[in-house]
Amino acid sequence: MARDTLSPEGEPGRPGFVARFLDNDVVWSFLHSPAAIVAATITLLCIGAALLAPLIAPFNPFDPSQISLWDGKLPPAWSEGGQPQYLLGTDNQGRDMLSTILYGGRLSILVGLAAVFLGMTLGVLLGVVAGYFGGAVDAVIMRIADVQLTIPGILLAILINGIGRAVLPLELREEFAIYVVIIAIGLTDWPQFARVTRGAAMVEVSKEYVQAARVIDLPGWLIMWRHILPNVMRPVLVLATIGLALAIIAEATLSFLGQGIPPTTPSLGTLIRVGNEYLFSGLWWITLFPALALVVLVFAVNLLGDWMRDALNPRLR
Amino acid sequence: MRHYLTKGAMMAGVSALALGLAAQNALAENVLRWTSQGDALTLDPMSQNEGPTNTMNGMIYESLVTRDAGMTLQPELAESWTSAPDGWTFKLREGVKFHDGADFTAEDVVFSFERAKSESSDFKEQAKAVASVEVIDDYTVKLVTDGPNPILPNQLTSIYMVDKGWAETNNVVLPQDFAAKEETYSVRNANGTGPFMVTSRAPDELTVLSAFDGWWGKGQFPGNVDKIEYRPIANAATRVAALLSGEVDFVLDPPLQDLKRIEATDGLKITTVAQIRSIFFGMDQGVDELRSSNIKGENPFKDVRVREAINLSIDKAAIQRVVMEGLSFPTGMITPPGVLGNTPDNDPPYPYDPEKAKALLAEAGYPDGFSIQLDCPNNRYNNDEKICQAAVAMLAKVGIDVSLSAIPKAQHFPKIQNRTTDFYLLGWGVPTLDSHYVFSYLLDKEGSWNATGYDNARVNEITGMITTETDIETRTALITEAWGIIKEEMPYAPIHHQVIAWAMAAGVEAPIAADDGLRPRYVVMN
Amino acid sequence: MLSFILRRLAQSLLVMAVVSAISFSLFNFVGDPVNNMVGQDATREDRVRIRNELGLNDPVLTQYFRFMGNALQADFGLSYRIKRPVDELIIERLPATLELVFASAVIALVLGITAGVYTGIRRNSWLSRSILSVSLVGVSLPTFIIGIGLIYLFAVILRWLPSSGRSGVVELGWWKTNFLTLDGWRSIILPALTLSLFQMTMILRLVRAEMLEVMQADFIKFARARGLAERAINFTHALKNTLVPVITIIGINIGGLIAFSVITETVFQWPGTGLMFIQAVDFVDVPIMAAYLCFVALMFVVVNLVVDLLYFAIDPRIRIRGR
Repeated sequence: MARDTLSPEGEPGRPGFVARFLDNDVVWSFLHSPAAIVAATITLLCIGAALLAPLIAPFNPFDPSQISLWDGKLPPAWSEGGQPQYLLGTDNQGRDMLSTILYGGRLSILVGLAAVFLGMTLGVLLGVVAGYFGGAVDAVIMRIADVQLTIPGILLAILINGIGRAVLPLELREEFAIYVVIIAIGLTDWPQFARVTRGAAMVEVSKEYVQAARVIDLPGWLIMWRHILPNVMRPVLVLATIGLALAIIAEATLSFLGQGIPPTTPSLGTLIRVGNEYLFSGLWWITLFPALALVVLVFAVNLLGDWMRDALNPRLR
Repeated sequence: MRHYLTKGAMMAGVSALALGLAAQNALAENVLRWTSQGDALTLDPMSQNEGPTNTMNGMIYESLVTRDAGMTLQPELAESWTSAPDGWTFKLREGVKFHDGADFTAEDVVFSFERAKSESSDFKEQAKAVASVEVIDDYTVKLVTDGPNPILPNQLTSIYMVDKGWAETNNVVLPQDFAAKEETYSVRNANGTGPFMVTSRAPDELTVLSAFDGWWGKGQFPGNVDKIEYRPIANAATRVAALLSGEVDFVLDPPLQDLKRIEATDGLKITTVAQIRSIFFGMDQGVDELRSSNIKGENPFKDVRVREAINLSIDKAAIQRVVMEGLSFPTGMITPPGVLGNTPDNDPPYPYDPEKAKALLAEAGYPDGFSIQLDCPNNRYNNDEKICQAAVAMLAKVGIDVSLSAIPKAQHFPKIQNRTTDFYLLGWGVPTLDSHYVFSYLLDKEGSWNATGYDNARVNEITGMITTETDIETRTALITEAWGIIKEEMPYAPIHHQVIAWAMAAGVEAPIAADDGLRPRYVVMN
Repeated sequence: MLSFILRRLAQSLLVMAVVSAISFSLFNFVGDPVNNMVGQDATREDRVRIRNELGLNDPVLTQYFRFMGNALQADFGLSYRIKRPVDELIIERLPATLELVFASAVIALVLGITAGVYTGIRRNSWLSRSILSVSLVGVSLPTFIIGIGLIYLFAVILRWLPSSGRSGVVELGWWKTNFLTLDGWRSIILPALTLSLFQMTMILRLVRAEMLEVMQADFIKFARARGLAERAINFTHALKNTLVPVITIIGINIGGLIAFSVITETVFQWPGTGLMFIQAVDFVDVPIMAAYLCFVALMFVVVNLVVDLLYFAIDPRIRIRGR
C-alpha cells in the first residue's frame, strides 16, 4: 500500500490509532461501570464460547453421524434419567443440548456479525460517497436512508428475506438460507452508518488537502477515506454494537418464524422454534435453555451497547 | 368444575354483550370446535385427493357408498347394489336433497363420474374403474366396468356426488378451471347432500358448517352436532394450547410428544387406533441421473443394492421409540394390515444393519457413499419432518450425505406428482382396503404418485389383471406375488404404519377411524 | 409549506414506484407464473394459450405498466394457493391487523403513560424501580419469547384467556370486529399485550423523562406556590406538557406496531395480514407477497406523511429538513 507516502499530514500510525480509540476517559468510564464490566464479560464469554464451539462443545451437533436417535429426549445430567455426558440433556433428535446451543449461538453471532459488517460497510461507503460528491448523489442516497429509517428494521428484514427465499428455487432455499438472512438483516442496517459517515465526510471534503489532491488529479476520496475513518470510528463502533444485538434478535425472529436458518444446522432462533413444539411435553430443557441463551446474549450485548453509547459518543443518545 | 362455572358465566356475559345476536340459541347448540394443522386445500370435492381435504369435504358431500368409523362399507347415497360381469347396479336413495334444495337423481351420478374422470380431477385413478354410467331410471344407475370388477364399491367411497345443475349454473363443471382469471366458485362454495352445509369459509382462518335440515339421514345417526367450527392451527404447541385452554373440543392431530400431558389433564382424553396409512421413502430409480446427487452420469438408486442399503441403514425401531413415542408399527411394506395384500410374511421391517449397508454400497461402487437431497413434507404426517431428520442422521452413518428440504405439503406433493424429486417421504392411506389402490398409484409405471419411476413388467401386468379378476383366490395370489417382487426389488424404503391419536374434551364422543377421518354424524357431544 | 408538502408527496410517490417495481419483478423472478396456475396435466397448447392470455409475451415495460395499472385498482390477481383475488383476501384480513394494532396502541399508551407519570413523580419508590428494571429486561426480550411466555402463563397454566386465534368476531358489514363480544375481547388481550410491550416501554421512558424535566419547570413551581393540589398539578399541568412529544412518537411507532404484528400474528395464529404474508412466503404465493409489499409501503408512506404534517401543524418552527 502506498498509503503512508500519500498521507500529507503525517497520519497517525496504527498504535496511535488504537491509543486514540482507547483513551483514558473511556477506560476510566469502563472500569467504573459495573454494568459495563459484567456486560462486556458476558458478551466476550458468549462470543468466545460460540467461536470456540468446535473446540469446547462435547459433540458436533451438525455432524449427523455423531447423533444417536436412541439418546433422544434425555433430561439434563442432574435430573433423574439424565446422563453425565449430556450436561443439559438432549433434544428430540438425540443431539446434546449444550453443544447444540454452543453451535447455535455461534451461528447466531456469526450471522449477526456478518450482517452488521455488511450494513456497516455499505453504510460507510455510501456515506463517504454522499458526503464527497454532495448534490444529487447525496440527496438520493440520504433520501433513501431517510425513508428506510422510518420502516422498522425487522419488518424490512422479513420482507427482504421473504423475497430472497421466493427468488431462490426451492432446492437451494435451505442451502442459501443463511446468506439470505445475512443480506436481509445487513440491508436494513446501513442508513445509520451512512448518516454518521456522511457527516464526517462533509467536514473533510472542504479541507485543503482534499482540494489539493483534486488539483493534481489524485482521487481525493481515497485520501479522505483515511481521514474520515478515524473520525467515525467511535460512533460506528457504537452503532455496530447496538446493531449486533438487533441483528441477533432479527435472525432469531426470522428463524422462529420458520423463515431463517433451517433445523439441520440450527441457530438459537431455530432451536427456540423447535423447543416451542415441546412446550407442553414436559421436556422443558428443550424449550428453556436455548431461549435463556438468547436472552442472556442479547441482554449483555444491549447493556454493552448502552454503555458504549454513553461513554464513547454521548451525542448519539 | 370451577372451569365450567366460569365458562358458563363467560357465555352469559357473551350473550349480554352480543347485541341482538341469537345468543339463547347459541347456548342450546352443540358446537364442535375442532382443529388440525393444515386446512382443506379446496372445497371442490374432486380437485385434491388429500386427507384433510377429503375429511372436510366428506362432511359436506356424500358418495354412493361410504365407510363407517369401523371401516365397514355402508350404503350412503345408494341404498343397495348388485354386481354383474359387466358392472354394478346401484339403487339410489330416494328423497335426497342437495343443500340448495335440488333433488339428487341418476343424472347427478352420471355427471359426477364424468367430472371425477375429467383431466383436472385428482380422483381419475379411482373413477377410471367406471367406464360409463347407464341411467336405468331416476333412482337406478348401472356403473359399467371394463370386464368384471369385484371391488368396485370399495373404489367409490371418496367419489362425492355433485349436483349437475349447480355445477353448470356456477361454471364448475370441471374440478379446476386452471385458466380462470377469477376465483373458481367451487373453491369456497359447496353444495352437497351431506349432513353439514357451509355457513362461512375463510381458508386458513375459520370454516363454519351448520347442520343441514333437509339431510336424509336426520335421526338415523347418533351424532348431535349442530354446528362445526374448524380453525387450522399450524403450530403444534399452539394447537395443544388451544385444547388445554378449552378453546377447541377436538384436535385431529395432537403432537405425539404432548399426548401424556393431554391425557393427564382433567377433562381431556386421547383415543388411538392403528391407521390405514404407511409412511415410506421413495427413491427415484427411473431417471438416468439424479438431480441432487454428486454422482453424475449414473443413478445410484438404479442399483437394488443401494436401495437395500437405504433400507438397512434406517433404524425403524429407534424412530418408533423416540420420534413416534411408540405410536407406530415399523414395517417392511408400504401398505398396512387391514388392506388385502398385507401379509405377516412381508410386513416385518427390513433389519437395521448399517455394516451390511456399507458393504452393499461398496459393492455397488459407492464405498464413500454419495450425496442426495431428501424432500420431506413438514405439515402432513405425524412428525414427518422429524422422521426425515432422524433418517438424515442414520444415513450419514453409512456415508450417504443427505441434505434435507422440509417444505409444506402444498409444495411437496407437486414434486412427487411431477416426478421432480430424487428421494422423498410419502405416506399412503388405502380407502379401498385393497392393494389395487396401492399398485395403481404407487407402483404401476403410470401411477400418478409413483415418483420412483419403478417399472416392473409383472407388477404392471398384475395391476391390470386384478381390476377384472373375480376369483378371490386367484386375485389374492396375484396380489401376493406382486408384493413378493416389490419386497425383493425395494422401490421404496418403508418406515412404519401410522397410529392415529385424537385428543378431545371428555364430553366429546368421536368414534376414531383408521382413515383419520372425523365423521361428525357419529359425534356425540355431552 | 406547500413546497414542503409537494416534496414529501413526490418522495412518497418515488417510494411507491420503487416498491411496486420490486413487487412486479417478483412475478418474473419467481419461476414461471403459468406453472403456478395450471394443473400438472396441462398440455403445451394450454400453457402457450395462458401465456398469451396473461400477456406474458409482451415487452417487460408493457407488463410493468399493466401491473401498475392493475395495482392502482388494487388488483393483484389470484392467490396461487387459495385461488382467490388477493385484494379481497387483504381486505378480509385487514380488520384483524388493524384492530390488533389499535388495541396495542391503546394498551401501550394507557399503561405506558400511567407508569411513566408514576415513575416520574415517585422517582425513588420501590415500585418505580421495579417497573424500570422490568422494562429494561422487556426491551431485551424478543417479541416471540414474550408471546410464548404469555400463552404459557395465561392460557395454559391459569386458563384465563384463549391461547390463539381470533374468536368472538361480529360482522359489521365487511368489517369483522373483536370488540363487541366478551370472547372477542378475551382473544385480543394476549396478542395486543405482546405487541404493545415494546412500545409501552418506549412511552414509559419518554414520559418519565419528560415528567422529570417538566417538574423542574418554572410554571410547576408557580402552581405549587399557588397552593394547587399535587394531583391537579401532576395531571393537568405536568402531564399535558409531556403529551406533545408522546403523540408524535406514537404516530411514528404505529409503523413499528404494524411491523411487529407480523411476528405477533404468527405466534398467536392471529388471522391478519401479517400471518397471511408469512404463509404466502412459505408457499411462494407471489401475488399475495407482492400485494403485501405494496400495502405495507403504502401504510408507511401514509403514516409518515401524516406525522410530518402533524409536526408541521403542531410546531411550524420545526425545520423539517433537519429531521
